[in-house]
Amino acid sequence: MSKALDTMLYLNGVSVSFDGFKALNSLSIIVKPAEMLAIIGPNGAGKTTMMDIITGKTRPDAGEVYFNGRTDLTKLDEAAIANLGIGRKFQKPTVFESQSVWDNLEMALKKPRGIFSTLFYASDREDKDRILDILETVRLAGRKDDLAANLSHGQKQWLEIGMLLAQDPKLLLVDEPVAGMTDAETVETANLLREISKTRSVVVVEHDMSFVRDLDTRVTCLAEGTVLAEGSLEQVSANPTVIERYLGR
Amino acid sequence: MITQALFRALDKKAIWVVAILLVIALAVPAANLLIPPGSPGHVPNYLVTLFGKYLTYAMLALALDLVWGYCGILSLGHGAFFALGGYAMGMYLMRQIGDRGVYGDPVLPDFMVFLNYSELPWFWQGMDQFWFAMLMVVLVPGLLAFVFGWFAFRSRVTGVYLSIITQAMTYALLLAFFRNDMGFGGNNGLTDFKDILGQPITATTTRASLFAATAIALALSVFICSMIVNSKLGKVMIAVRDAESRARFLGYRVEYVKLFAFVVSAVIAGIAGALYVPQVGIINPGEFAPANSIEVVIWTAVGGRGTIIGPIIGAIIVNMGKSYFTGALPELWLFALGGLFVFVTLFLPKGIVGLIGQWRGYSEWRNRPAPPSDGAPSGEAHASDLAERGENTKTVTRAPQPKPAE
Repeated sequence: MSKALDTMLYLNGVSVSFDGFKALNSLSIIVKPAEMLAIIGPNGAGKTTMMDIITGKTRPDAGEVYFNGRTDLTKLDEAAIANLGIGRKFQKPTVFESQSVWDNLEMALKKPRGIFSTLFYASDREDKDRILDILETVRLAGRKDDLAANLSHGQKQWLEIGMLLAQDPKLLLVDEPVAGMTDAETVETANLLREISKTRSVVVVEHDMSFVRDLDTRVTCLAEGTVLAEGSLEQVSANPTVIERYLGR
Repeated sequence: MITQALFRALDKKAIWVVAILLVIALAVPAANLLIPPGSPGHVPNYLVTLFGKYLTYAMLALALDLVWGYCGILSLGHGAFFALGGYAMGMYLMRQIGDRGVYGDPVLPDFMVFLNYSELPWFWQGMDQFWFAMLMVVLVPGLLAFVFGWFAFRSRVTGVYLSIITQAMTYALLLAFFRNDMGFGGNNGLTDFKDILGQPITATTTRASLFAATAIALALSVFICSMIVNSKLGKVMIAVRDAESRARFLGYRVEYVKLFAFVVSAVIAGIAGALYVPQVGIINPGEFAPANSIEVVIWTAVGGRGTIIGPIIGAIIVNMGKSYFTGALPELWLFALGGLFVFVTLFLPKGIVGLIGQWRGYSEWRNRPAPPSDGAPSGEAHASDLAERGENTKTVTRAPQPKPAE
């Protein structure tokens, strides 16, 4: 617990198994405030399970999960964890398709989430400026009144990142943000995430190695639910076990 | 803040619906009472009551639409809330009979005398007071919905499983109310009403007032539903319908959002039931029948779920059809109803209201400026062009559908 102080995210010895299959095996990860961590690893390495545990979707069988040095995440549910300041982007872009881009962001905006405060919510100048700001950042300003369903795959990814920003989280968990994006968009996304990580902690799960290289940050390679290697991308990709288990020769 | 919410409630469509309903609330009773029978424009008594009944059905369908169309909760037990509201009203009306019953007991309703009750059961106490009975009309369905929803939504029961347990709920109530020792009149239910608020219940003026009350109650329900669905909470409800876990990871307590919609909906359904009973003159356990609740789903689907006006139109049209069919071809009605549901599900996923939207989209597309054509259009090219355009209109009009149960 004392080790968890001055970390943003602290996972220690986290294990979880589904029907006997060990999805996570004593996984330990630390993310500091305003730091980006890229996680790579083969399919089934437990990357998404790890995110499920941090966001309260899955309860670990063993281990500690602390947020911001002191909050025990294993005791909270999804909504409570989201309101603490942890935002999550899903692997498959998940936006509210039948609603406009603007409404998607308005719902994500950091505001009281209670029933009656939402019922009587009226957006003020400040909220509108904030949404316009985010629309600029994720390059959807021209499409604010379009239905989210009509966005391209890449644009949906960006809208979802925009929704994360609207939540104003302290920690962003981003699962495969560049799937379905063009090369130019991928580079843009890397720039955006680097920008975000100046003020917030970011955990990115990604398979695209050139994207991870663009992120230019600390890399952790997971395999079979545990940490295989840590360090810069060069160090990790030079690691013989990583080459054998994930990158291939 | 609250005034803004009120203004938002009256958007362009809702203000029309509310206005039309208020006009109907005045015009129909006036045409019934002021224009003498035989003159053009007179509305006969039976039509007033019949349409009053349709309007209570419209309220019930609107209530269902709030949870189904907007929040994705397919309740197959909404008839239960309707019937409970109806029973609360029925109990008040029974207490108004007084010593005019067959057995002439000043306190006990006839069926209790018949079943050798010596005194009024505790839950019949106070039901002779109109205000108390009306409180029960709101509280009983609301409380049942709250308790039921609390457990169901907190345990994250969704989709088909939720539909099944709502069905089980109304079936359980059906069986319970059939029992004589429940104290609600067993399978005969409550009937033979005499007075409401001191007025004879069969008098034309009372009938007309009940009609007006129903139209006003429906207008109020439209207003409240419109206020909810036009607010940010309404957007969150749609978000819950379309991507529940996303809404949860945004920090919304999905179970409370659903619970709120479910309770509001149950209260509206209860009030509808309370207005239904004095106009029909009877309430019996048959109202709890699962088939009734399923019929409500059909009205809503036919009219167009996820809209305010859709369920109202659906309830009125389907019930007009029902009145006609059960008179003209009684044995065919259920086939017609089933066929209608299949047809609507296959060809009109957004119901009658959606059809209007589709038609509007089509005419807009037809009236659009013609694209500059290069070269002479040969027959073949023309055909392929049409096919392409046909596909285009499809993609334009095919907005994302509400998911019925997922």
